[in-house]
This record gives sequence, structure tokens and C-alpha cells, in this order.
Amino acid sequence: MLDVKASSGGGVAGELGRSLHTRSGRSFDRRTRLSFYNRTFKVICIASAIFVCLILFSILFLMGRTGMLTFNEVSVAEFFFSTEWVPENEQYGALVFISGTFVLTALTMLISVPISVLVAVFLAEMSPRWLRTLLRPVLDLLVGIPSVVYGFLGMTILIPVLRDITGTNIGDGLLAAAIVLTIMVLPTISRISDDAITAVPKKYRDASYALGASRFQTIVKVVLPAARSGIMYAGILGMARAIGETMAVVMVIGNTPQLASALFQPTAVLTSNIVMQIANVPFDSTWNYALYMMGFLLLLISLLMIVAIRMLQRKGAVS
Amino acid sequence: MSAESKSAFASRKGWSHKRNQLFTMIVWAVGICTILFICGLLFLILQKGLPKLSLDFLYGLPSEIDPGGGIGPTLFNSFYVLIISLLISIPLGMSAGIYLAEFAPDNTFIGFVRICVEGLASVPSIIFGLFGIAIFVEVFQVGLTILGGAVSLAFLNLPVLTRVTEEAIRAVPSEMKNASFALGGTHLQTIRRVLIPVALNGIITGICLVAGRAFGESAVIILTAGVSTSGEMWDFSLFSPGATLAVHLWYVQSEAIVPDAAEIADKAAAVLVFVVLLINVLFRLPLLLHVRRTR
Repeated sequence: MLDVKASSGGGVAGELGRSLHTRSGRSFDRRTRLSFYNRTFKVICIASAIFVCLILFSILFLMGRTGMLTFNEVSVAEFFFSTEWVPENEQYGALVFISGTFVLTALTMLISVPISVLVAVFLAEMSPRWLRTLLRPVLDLLVGIPSVVYGFLGMTILIPVLRDITGTNIGDGLLAAAIVLTIMVLPTISRISDDAITAVPKKYRDASYALGASRFQTIVKVVLPAARSGIMYAGILGMARAIGETMAVVMVIGNTPQLASALFQPTAVLTSNIVMQIANVPFDSTWNYALYMMGFLLLLISLLMIVAIRMLQRKGAVS
Repeated sequence: MSAESKSAFASRKGWSHKRNQLFTMIVWAVGICTILFICGLLFLILQKGLPKLSLDFLYGLPSEIDPGGGIGPTLFNSFYVLIISLLISIPLGMSAGIYLAEFAPDNTFIGFVRICVEGLASVPSIIFGLFGIAIFVEVFQVGLTILGGAVSLAFLNLPVLTRVTEEAIRAVPSEMKNASFALGGTHLQTIRRVLIPVALNGIITGICLVAGRAFGESAVIILTAGVSTSGEMWDFSLFSPGATLAVHLWYVQSEAIVPDAAEIADKAAAVLVFVVLLINVLFRLPLLLHVRRTR
């Protein structure tokens, strides 16, 4: 920190010295030049900020427009409430995929949130200092592992194990996908919850201990409620990742358009269906439009989650 | 205090004590087991794949039918796409972040822009793939190309870079900024000579994150750059199909008919994990050491 400050201070001082030096002849020049640079730089910055927003809107517009074309040939009710996805026969019912996505996400959250919170409590409250400084970077690294690797692991290790457990030759399905997704989102959720728990002021804990509470009582009744909004934020982020995850799910879910009535039945979700079929369909066909509509649904779900996070943060800021 | 209440108090204390111990044990067990389990999985990948690696495999051409195919072009494509996408997204993302941190007035419109950036950051990657198809395949009619994949990846990474830059620059102490202004520095000079150097640590961490993500991203690439390569090494053409290593791993594992698919997948996964870890560790290590030295 300090040497950066010194060197940058030196740099500015150097500029100043030069400006004093050239003052007689070219000071006006230099000033216009600098203000020109300044203004150009600002304009470039504004342009890129607008560009980022523009991407979001063009995505929304394009996906929405292409998706809406579905309803020229398929009724809204059929798309959302029919379970018959047979594009060859002009049947485009997406209920299987929509419900698949929701069930899979719910299952993933059910497994991953309790474990993640325990890991976060372990990191923030119980582990000795050296272990903490070792494990936090490790978790950060795990966040960056590509999803296709988790899918590969699920396919080569998890599914044979599940086959052994069930005794049948079907291993892929909701449970396998949920386990793979859990392993994927666990580092994310635990790291953010860990930060939230660490940010709880120490005086809360001191007050709780001073009242004679045990560590269990302090954590469950004081620390976790105080970190609640941060933990919910972590949960929503993990959920967004689980909903949008494609490759890890594709590899273990079985990709069969049928409603899953059991944990070990091959099924499909929105993302897996899009990625498996998009390459084989011509762009201006109802089939393709239906796939874009499914993408548009995903987009809306993820944007809704951001709104939820914003509201959560505002509530946290007020209380 | 009577003896009765004392004993009641004592029993409650004992129960509470036990519960406390049980809780501690559970948290320790879950914490250690989970982390060990995930690390064990990664170790397993590396251990299964790395010893079998050879230069031929890293450099060789993939084959559809005969065993013994390599991953040369896909590995090359991975880096090529990564570099192009970073070249596009770093300048754009950083300047957008600088704008939000330094120039933006604090009004509802900018609040809206922030929500847009945040929203874009949470858009699932497959949506960017669909977007890339709609632009490059339909509007520009170039088909599945490296360029399309790289640009779509850049879009995917833009919002993350914007947010990371904004946060890093906001975290710079205002004394440093004021000192620069007091010395007569213009806003641009202040940003270039003071804010960015001080915030560099955070920005580079963000770039590593993004680079690792881009290197392993597969859904976007499958949709916009295809699952095949041009079949030759060092193909710098922007308009050839560009399957990356991550895509190849998926392709070999679930679609290919090569007899030694499992072994190729093992090795490809190991290379993938190794490179991602390398990107993260190599770039962060000097920064960590630097922080420790100057503290």
C-alpha cells in the first residue's frame, strides 16, 4: 500500500514539475490537451456503461421477440400447461421442463443450504485461525472450477455409485443432478454466508456470552439471525447459479422429456433441453422459437431474483 | 437459593453443555468432511489424468474414430477464445466500472444502470449462447465461429468486470484521491496514476475470476462456436469453428464414439482443472505476497 502511494505521489509531482517548467510557452496547450483527454475519457466511460445496459436490453428484446413468435402457432395454455413435448408432431408443451427446473432447484437448495450454512459457521466461528486462512482461498478456488468438470465427475463417479445403491441400471435423474449442483453451489453459498457471519459485530456475541449463553445458543439465536439477510443473499445467488446451470445438469439428468415422478427417473430441465436441441433445428421454425421462449423464461426468472436481492438489501439497509 | 432450584439449574446447564458439544462436533464434522470431499474429488481428477499426460496428447489432433486422439486444437482454441474475449471485455468492463465509481451522479438513472449491470451478471450463460446464435448465425450469417464464441463470452464477462472494477475503485481511501487533486492532478491523471494502481489488486483478482470462468465455460461455446474444430493446429482464423477444451470434454464424454473416450475425457478434465487452478494461483500469488510485504 505505502509504496504505491509514494510512487503515484511521485508521478503526480513529476507532472506538476513539468507543467511549471513549460509554463511560459505551452501552458495553454497543455491545459486544453489535458481537458480534452479528460473529456474524451469520460465520454468513453459513459459509452461503455451505456453499452453494458444496451446488451441487457438487446438480449431481453431479442429473446422476447423470438420467443413470442412461438405463440403464433402454439397457444399459451398449451405451452405452459401441456406436458407433451413432441416437436416432430407440432406439440410444444414445456411444462415438463419448467417444473423440472423448479423441482431440481428446490431439491438442490434443500440439500445445499443447510450444509453450506454449517460450513460457513465452521469457517467463521469455530475453526482455528490458521485453518481459516488456509480454507478460505481453497473455497475461492473451488468457486472457479468449470461446471463441465462437475458434470464429468457426476457422470463418471456419482452415477455408477447411484446405480449400485438403487440396484437398477438407471442412475441419472433429479437426485444425481441435485447432488452435482449441490457440490457446485456449495463453495459459493458458504463463502458469502461466511462473510456475512464474520461481519456480525463482535459486541453481539459478547453480549450473548455475558448473559450466560453457550456457544450453540449464541450462534443459533444471535449470530445467525443477525446475518440472516447476508445468508439469504448467498442462497439466492446459489439458486440463480443452479437455475442457469447447463452443462453439469445435461450430463447427469438423462435428457428425456417426461415428468419426473421419482428421484431416479431421467427427465429434463429448461437449460438442458435448450442445449441439446438448439443445434439441430432451423432458426425460423416454431421449434426454435419455443426453445427461445424457454430461454426467455429463464431470463425472467434470473432477473426476478436480482430484484429480490435488491429488495433484501434495501430492507437490510433500513433495519 | 434453595437446593431444588440449584439442582434444576445444574441439570439444565448440563443439558445445554451437551447440546453445545454436540453442535460443535457436528459443525466440525460437516465443515471438514465437505471441504475434504470436494477437494478430494478435484484431487482425484488430477491424479487420474495428469500422470497419463504426454506431449502427443496435448499437441495432437483429435480423432473421431481411431484411438489415440489428442486435444491440441481445442486447447489452443481455449486460450485463443479466452484472449480475444478478454481483449474485448477488459477495456469495456473497466471503463464502465470507472464511470460508475467516479463520474456517475447519484440519481435514479444511475441506480437503474446498476440494476442492469447486476441483472446482466446473473443472466444464465446459456442465454448468452442463444443471444450469440441470434446475432452471429442469424443476423451476420457467419455460422459457428471462434469470433462469435469470443464475443458472446466477452458479453458474459462484462458485467462481472464492471462490478469488480467499481468496487475496487470505490474501496480506495479518499485521502489518496484528495492528495492527488491537491497536487493539481486532473481527474484522468488521478484515475490513471492513483486509483487504478491502488485498486489493481482487486481488479486483477476479478480478471482471474473471469478468465477462469471463460476458460471453463462450455454452454456458450457449444451454442456459438460449435463442438468441432477446424482440425489443424495454430489456426488463427477468426471464422473457423472453435470448440474449446471444456466443450471437447463434454463431447468426448457424452457424444463421441472413439474407443478410448473415457481415457481422453480423464486427461482432458485433468488439463482443464490444472489450467484453471494455474490461472487463479499464478496471478494471485504475487499479489498475495505483495500485500503481505507491504503490510
